[in-house]
Amino acid sequence: MATLKLEIVTPEARIYSEEVEMVTLPGVEGEMGIFPMHIPLMTQIAHGEIIARKGGQDHFLAVGEGFAEITGSRVAILTDMAIRADDIDEAKVEEARRQAEARLAQKLGDEEQALAQAALMHSLTQLTLKRRQKR
Amino acid sequence: MPSTRDIRRRIKSVKNTAQITKAMQMVASAKMRRAQQAALAGRPYANLMNEVLAAATAGAGDFQHPLTERREVRKRALILISTDKGLCGALNTNLLREAAKLPGSTTVHIAAGRKGAQWVARLKRELVAEFSYKDTPQFAEARAISKFAQELFLSGQVDAVDVVFTNFINTLTQKPETRQLLPVGRLGKLEADLSGHGTTEELTPSSEAGHLFEPSAPTVLGNLLPHYVNYQLFQFLQEAKASEHSARMVAMKSATDNAKQLIKDLTLEYNKLRQANITKELLEITSAAMAMGN
Repeated sequence: MATLKLEIVTPEARIYSEEVEMVTLPGVEGEMGIFPMHIPLMTQIAHGEIIARKGGQDHFLAVGEGFAEITGSRVAILTDMAIRADDIDEAKVEEARRQAEARLAQKLGDEEQALAQAALMHSLTQLTLKRRQKR
Repeated sequence: MPSTRDIRRRIKSVKNTAQITKAMQMVASAKMRRAQQAALAGRPYANLMNEVLAAATAGAGDFQHPLTERREVRKRALILISTDKGLCGALNTNLLREAAKLPGSTTVHIAAGRKGAQWVARLKRELVAEFSYKDTPQFAEARAISKFAQELFLSGQVDAVDVVFTNFINTLTQKPETRQLLPVGRLGKLEADLSGHGTTEELTPSSEAGHLFEPSAPTVLGNLLPHYVNYQLFQFLQEAKASEHSARMVAMKSATDNAKQLIKDLTLEYNKLRQANITKELLEITSAAMAMGN
């Protein structure tokens, strides 16, 4: 069976690089399921989760905003944040969320505002994913 | 002729200096390793971004983004990436010599790092903004600088934006370089790092097939290009930091070596003087004894 190479990289590291059977992406205009032999596509992705199906099993990852390039044999994702569901430390993320909210509550400059907003979105995305997994 | 006590005091003070420079050397080398690792970790991202961008521009047709617009350069902005602190050898001197090549009358400066800002002020050139960046550059810091530069460019206040920074080649060599940031030119390979190669390598799209764009090519490219510029600047910051720390490490190492040599010389002189004093005293005692004996 044909497979897709899923690559997820952030400025800090390469988070994921494996052959998978199917990928679900959080596109800016809704979720997208990508199978091998997909036509070439370039899109933006929003905060959300990526589901990679490998060997019949689903792997979950939380991702931030970014770009995705899809070809018939590869899905390349550039994002500012990506973390595997198993690596999410709920207590830590909760703490980060609280800090981000506290910072947002203060009056800040544009740049810091955007930063805090991004941090908040990151932690929210991770929390949503983690909590749903537990159920 | 200095007394033995003077020399002893001098040795002590040189020893203290050596201790400080040694400590600074250690700190710089630890920071250098971190800075290098950070630059290396960004490499896959940079490469992938290039591939994506190359594919995007190839597939976008005749769409022209304002950031790629070429105009006749009447006024240019120069982003000066220098250090905050001194004690890093000739790093800033070389950097500023490179910056001085551009004519002061048609250039406005954006300083990242205090040394650059001081230089601009001293030469009475035009400084439009000053930014600071931390020991481990954050993407957000790069974004702030880059956003400012992009606004200058898009509003037509400047027709080109250049960056002067110190390119990290290896621990012993750092080279000041000028690169054009805006308008975004022919897509060269983003220098991911510490390799020191030029950015002239032409990129070929990973697949020749035209891409579909979602939502649309202008939207995707319109978001991707500013991000590309931000990231490029981020990389320059990282290079500059890696250079700074290695330059400081080397400078501090030679300072420590010099101090050690000085201590050695002073100790020799001190011992000579001490022995001369003992001999003199012995002579005095014996001659006194001989005088008494008579």
